[in-house]
Amino acid sequence: MTRLVEQMKSGLDAPICITWELTYACNLACVHCLSSSGRRDPRELSTAEAFGVIDELRSMQVFYVNIGGGEPMIRRDFFDIVDYATGSGVGVKFSTNGTFIDAARAKQLASMEYLDIQISIDGADEVTNDRVRGAGSFATARRAMEHLAAADFGEFKISVVITRDNVTQLDDLLALADGLGAQLRLTRLRPSGRGTDTWHELHPTLDQQRDLHRWLLAHGERVLTGDSFFHLNALGESLPGLNMCGAGRVVCLIDPVGDVYACPFVIHDEFLAGNVRDEGGFTRVWRSSDLFADLRGPQSAGACASCGAWDACQGGCMAAKFFTGLPLDGPDPECVGGDGEDALAAVTSVPRPSADHSSPQPVQVVLGQR
Amino acid sequence: MRRLLTPLIAPDPDVLDSPLGLHPSVALRPEPFGALAYHYDNRRLVFLKHPSIVDVVRSLSDHPDLRTALEANGIASEQWDAYDRAITSLIESEVVIAR
Repeated sequence: MTRLVEQMKSGLDAPICITWELTYACNLACVHCLSSSGRRDPRELSTAEAFGVIDELRSMQVFYVNIGGGEPMIRRDFFDIVDYATGSGVGVKFSTNGTFIDAARAKQLASMEYLDIQISIDGADEVTNDRVRGAGSFATARRAMEHLAAADFGEFKISVVITRDNVTQLDDLLALADGLGAQLRLTRLRPSGRGTDTWHELHPTLDQQRDLHRWLLAHGERVLTGDSFFHLNALGESLPGLNMCGAGRVVCLIDPVGDVYACPFVIHDEFLAGNVRDEGGFTRVWRSSDLFADLRGPQSAGACASCGAWDACQGGCMAAKFFTGLPLDGPDPECVGGDGEDALAAVTSVPRPSADHSSPQPVQVVLGQR
Repeated sequence: MRRLLTPLIAPDPDVLDSPLGLHPSVALRPEPFGALAYHYDNRRLVFLKHPSIVDVVRSLSDHPDLRTALEANGIASEQWDAYDRAITSLIESEVVIAR
């Protein structure tokens, strides 16, 4: 395994999977949105340009893309893009808040091949969820999930960003997923996008992280995490997964205007590798960008070099460090050894995300009116 | 549906003598370490961690059984146990199937 991980760190000819945010438009305004979504960007890729990206992914043999946003189903060509991808052998998993999945859409989705769906909620109940995702969003997501279950879609995913409030609901969330025939996916809260302003209040405490680690060790086989929590490995037993930061090595982000970033959580000029509209397209960005070459080189453990846990946690998440103002070669802000808290206390300035697409106020969307 | 394949494979104690092939829903992508295998039906990603195992897997359908495929790829017989184990694990992850 070690040799394989070393190979992965030095980069692959093509990403294992890509996150592709199709639009910055969103009817919700989640307080932790990693892309500060709300309003569409006028420069977003056209349908033809999106097809061009898919052509590249097919020829690079990228097996699947994670489509997100914003709310990707807001795009009028959403199904055209999904059909084009799956028809090209590029599987699609898309993340949605569920607003646009009614009974008819659920049936349509259930009939499509190479398609997987991830419905986002951030709590096991309305109160916990709606505090993060906005009034009515739990009921909307729940309805979409019930439509998918009724349409016999199969095992869709329920995706939860772990916060201080919902980390106590892990058993309830698993029961909710089981009851709907869905698979639970848990990911780590990052201080990205609007999360820059809310992370400090929302991220799990150190004690909660210990509980989360224990819970994941007990339930890891049944729950997806996208290798999100490898910083917890410093607590002892390692969670399943590659235990490495995949940014620019095995994953990357394509944003709605075609900008390619190292990962979905670092939408900032410092991690911008290029644009799919550039000469040579996405392929050239992936294979030749200076930023990605740097990320694939040896990384310094920096301030963590003398810590015995570094092999286990790899210094944690680059995005979490960057947007909390910590040096990239030091401890993660949620370092389970407590070093992050000390480092945070010394931070004087914090980078801001490069763009803010937030709506002036959340848009009220009624199903069927788009 | 795919679970139906398992009974065809599991009772066979000797993988070496089995006629095998790549699952029709699996795509192999060459990588410096070997290959990535992606299973479009169960959406699982499997790592083939050596270039020679990739060659063997690709050639399985050209040969009557694994043993012949190993011989054809010039794999020394003392390594066959290791290949037997590797292929068995690929059968378990449904990358390789009986044909």
